Amino acid sequence: MTSRDVILARIRRAGAAGATGPTGAEAPIPRDYLRVHGERTPAESADLLAANLAEYRAHVHRTADDGLPALLARLLARRGTRTVLVPAGLPLYWLADAAATHVPDRAAATPYEFDAVDSVVTGCALAVAETGTLVLDGGPAQGRRRITLIPDHHVCVVRVPDQVVDSVPQALERLDPTRPLTWISGPSATSDIELDRVEGVHGPRTLDVILATTPTPPTAAPHTQP
Amino acid sequence: MTTRGTQAADGPQAALPGTPAFPEAARRAVHDPVLRANLRHATHTIRGRRARAVAELADWDRLRAAGKAIKDHTLRHLDRYLVQLEESVTAAGGTVHWAVDAAEACRIVTRLVQATGEREVVKVKSMATQEISLNEALEEAGIAAYETDLAELIVQLGHDRPSHILVPAIHRNRGEIRDLFAREMGRWGRPAPDGLGDDPRELAEAARRHLREKFLRAGVAVSGANFMVAETGTLVVFESEGNGRMCLTLPETLISVVGIEKVVPTFRDLEVFLQTLPRSSTAERMNPYTTMWTGTAGGDGPSAFHLVLLDNGRTDTLADAVGRQALRCIRCSACLNVCPVYERAGGHAYGSVYPGPIGAVLSPQLRGTGSPVDASLPFASTLCGACEEVCPVAIDIPEILVHLRERIVQGGPATREGVRVRIRPARGHAAERAALRAARLLLDHPGALRAGERLLARARRLRPRRLPGPGRAWTDSRDLPEPPEQPFRDWWAQRERQDRTPRRQDQAGTP
Repeated sequence: MTSRDVILARIRRAGAAGATGPTGAEAPIPRDYLRVHGERTPAESADLLAANLAEYRAHVHRTADDGLPALLARLLARRGTRTVLVPAGLPLYWLADAAATHVPDRAAATPYEFDAVDSVVTGCALAVAETGTLVLDGGPAQGRRRITLIPDHHVCVVRVPDQVVDSVPQALERLDPTRPLTWISGPSATSDIELDRVEGVHGPRTLDVILATTPTPPTAAPHTQP
Repeated sequence: MTTRGTQAADGPQAALPGTPAFPEAARRAVHDPVLRANLRHATHTIRGRRARAVAELADWDRLRAAGKAIKDHTLRHLDRYLVQLEESVTAAGGTVHWAVDAAEACRIVTRLVQATGEREVVKVKSMATQEISLNEALEEAGIAAYETDLAELIVQLGHDRPSHILVPAIHRNRGEIRDLFAREMGRWGRPAPDGLGDDPRELAEAARRHLREKFLRAGVAVSGANFMVAETGTLVVFESEGNGRMCLTLPETLISVVGIEKVVPTFRDLEVFLQTLPRSSTAERMNPYTTMWTGTAGGDGPSAFHLVLLDNGRTDTLADAVGRQALRCIRCSACLNVCPVYERAGGHAYGSVYPGPIGAVLSPQLRGTGSPVDASLPFASTLCGACEEVCPVAIDIPEILVHLRERIVQGGPATREGVRVRIRPARGHAAERAALRAARLLLDHPGALRAGERLLARARRLRPRRLPGPGRAWTDSRDLPEPPEQPFRDWWAQRERQDRTPRRQDQAGTP
């Protein structure tokens, strides 16, 4: 018998399958929890997202779409960024005003190459207002998982209102589980030393989030679950 | 010595080597003022924050009920969901391995690492790999395993053990951490910078630099997982620092060792736990990073993914109708932070990677009650019920504690390594049984009780600090209460007399 057979046989012998309620039938999973906590207009959802991100020490900026190039240029210049990682599908006009040299997200690049890059700019799949969370799924303008991890500075652009959902249940509905998913809520942090919160242990220490009010171009559409 | 060496004597796995039974370990711990102060500060702080985070959600009770129901449903059909998970992971490009016990899991992982030709691995905090003593097994095979979670790094550099599920180095002060880093980091890689201070920011920076060189060159990573989705084959890791993301993304090969109880049926089920786990554990609306991956993704992340499904006592636990609810645990640690016993005794006293109330019910079930520490764990509680109240999957920990106490004192049926056995009554509880017999005798004979009470009151000044004979075990860990100046029933009779109610006087003094 393989270990697989042993374990499955033990489970079947454990008699858990027969365990049911007093009626003998298995109770259905109660799904009466809330789909969303409170009613909000799109503008209120964006405000809540901004407030929750800021509470976890992300820097939140807001702009209309046509203000993006200037804002991005300013954020990168403020940090003295000389090189910026650019994922495939990033609208090129975003970085039109920035002076930094572009480093493309290549599969063949080593982690060391990315460790030498100052900043990374990406879009996202969606953002969750109630928890202050950005979700990246490797789609257009997001790149591979490591590019938002190794550089010390991450700038993430969220298109408002299209990419903002209110709650976690709404977020899961719109995500494709077969893609690699990264949920980001504030910059990397630890509270392991006497419960003092310290930003940035291994991930980026600075997270700039831009809420860009904009009509949605086709490349930034979120991936919907089939 | 690792747990693997002691299996034959004590069941599938033994307690951590060198661990005394809970009362002895706790007695040492409560006399350590630094430890008590650290623990009190930490547990009270997290407790308060958690209560606020939970109060934000009007449907908390419904989320809790849903979480409980999802886990119970999964456990009832665990065979089906594991087979489905295996199919999904395989279809997504992963390889699934099954491990009956710690030794087998360690063998599988060691073999997988050796096949890559690497001599070192990076690890994201994983209680399952601690449970099976994987680091020690890898070391025996000449493979260095580096813990990359900051607190786990502190524990590993200090040749120490984790003392809390969520903040494993909670027993360490910043000064101790500074000294450890200064002394130990250089032996493992990049040394701590000269003149390192004890500011948490500086310490975190030292850890960042020390570990980054390991991340960037790592070829193999070992992880656990918080959840596995049967429907899609998706694995989920919740973390804060980014070390998890580093391990799950940068190396060529990823090996995840996960307990079989961590499976959930559908991707949608995660909507419950994504809301309850962060709020219950770190008291945040969401932890900084959550990674979900499904097999391998071409060009993004590891090109080889291995999932080791670990039994190691879980199917035995499943066979216990009362105890199986412990398998619902999502390792949030909320029960530790509200427990009055944990707060004073600390995590090490539990002699297991699972400390606190959940450890007191999980460890004796996973490992069996053959060792003194495991037999003592169900008694490491006041049964106050606070742990059940905060549990996000509503595990009735007090119910399991009482159930396990009964089995240890009186013996009874249990399942060990898949076989139904009868546990013999444990030694060491003879005094308890004798005391109960004596109590019954006295309570049946009120005259004797009264005489005894009066004698005790008169002999107050002769009160010893510790009881002799079999009573000693009781006073080893408790202060002997001071006898009152007079027995309650004498006091009551006197009070009645002063109230001038002579008709009741003759009744007073006898129940």
